[in-house]
Amino acid sequence: MNNHAAFKFRSISDNEAFARMVVASFVASYDPTIGELTDLKTVVSEAVTNAIIHGYEGRDDQWVYMTLTMEDNVLSIEVKDEGLGMSNIEEARQPLFTTKPEMERSGMGFTIMEHFMDSVDVSSVHSQGTTIRMSKHLASVQAGCH
Amino acid sequence: MAFTVQAEIKKDVLLLRMQGELDHHATEKIRGELIELMEEQNIKHIVLNLAKLDFMDSSGLGLMLGRYKHLQKKEGSMVICAISKPVKRLFEMSGLFRIMVIEPSEDQALMRLGVAG
Repeated sequence: MNNHAAFKFRSISDNEAFARMVVASFVASYDPTIGELTDLKTVVSEAVTNAIIHGYEGRDDQWVYMTLTMEDNVLSIEVKDEGLGMSNIEEARQPLFTTKPEMERSGMGFTIMEHFMDSVDVSSVHSQGTTIRMSKHLASVQAGCH
Repeated sequence: MAFTVQAEIKKDVLLLRMQGELDHHATEKIRGELIELMEEQNIKHIVLNLAKLDFMDSSGLGLMLGRYKHLQKKEGSMVICAISKPVKRLFEMSGLFRIMVIEPSEDQALMRLGVAG
């Protein structure tokens, strides 16, 4: 069974938990393993936190967009903001790199996303925003089963 | 699930039992209070009991690393105990395992710092 969902929510930190719950609910009917669920919740948390902290720099009146697509056992997650954008994507993806050490950011967000997902693609335009696209093959989902 | 933390002070050791989900939202809420408590009580070591911590992301790692650096200046240490499998994975990925002490139980963690019982 293929499925698709798209929605937007305000850039407030309370919505990090909301976004995690949404991805968990979206994949629930595919009987994911606990490990897969944790991975998906973690990467969504990282991407949404990035949008709020870096994209919008804490402004709470902006929109974060999230799209979930399940197609042939592969879950694709897109998290988009219309914020500041990143000047150097390669640098941002390095482990322990952070532009906000004063906020005690660990700089591990992208490393975690890359570790837990099969693919992570980042595109960013200065002053227009950042889009993170990630996908993961869910082993528990059997083709034709749903 | 919302994040809650229960704090107990034993001499210069701060025992924190964390529960729920430690994300950016939760770290922003507790960071200030935690720093204040550590200064007021002249805390040198922290024991983190993560038995009931259901979820953590890189924001949680940042919070722990921040407190660790603070303790390091006082030549103190951070001992983690009762860590769950998913949280353990994050620790391994970030290299936190190399700088923090891990104990299987709270009792063993407190014993290591000489404040058990």
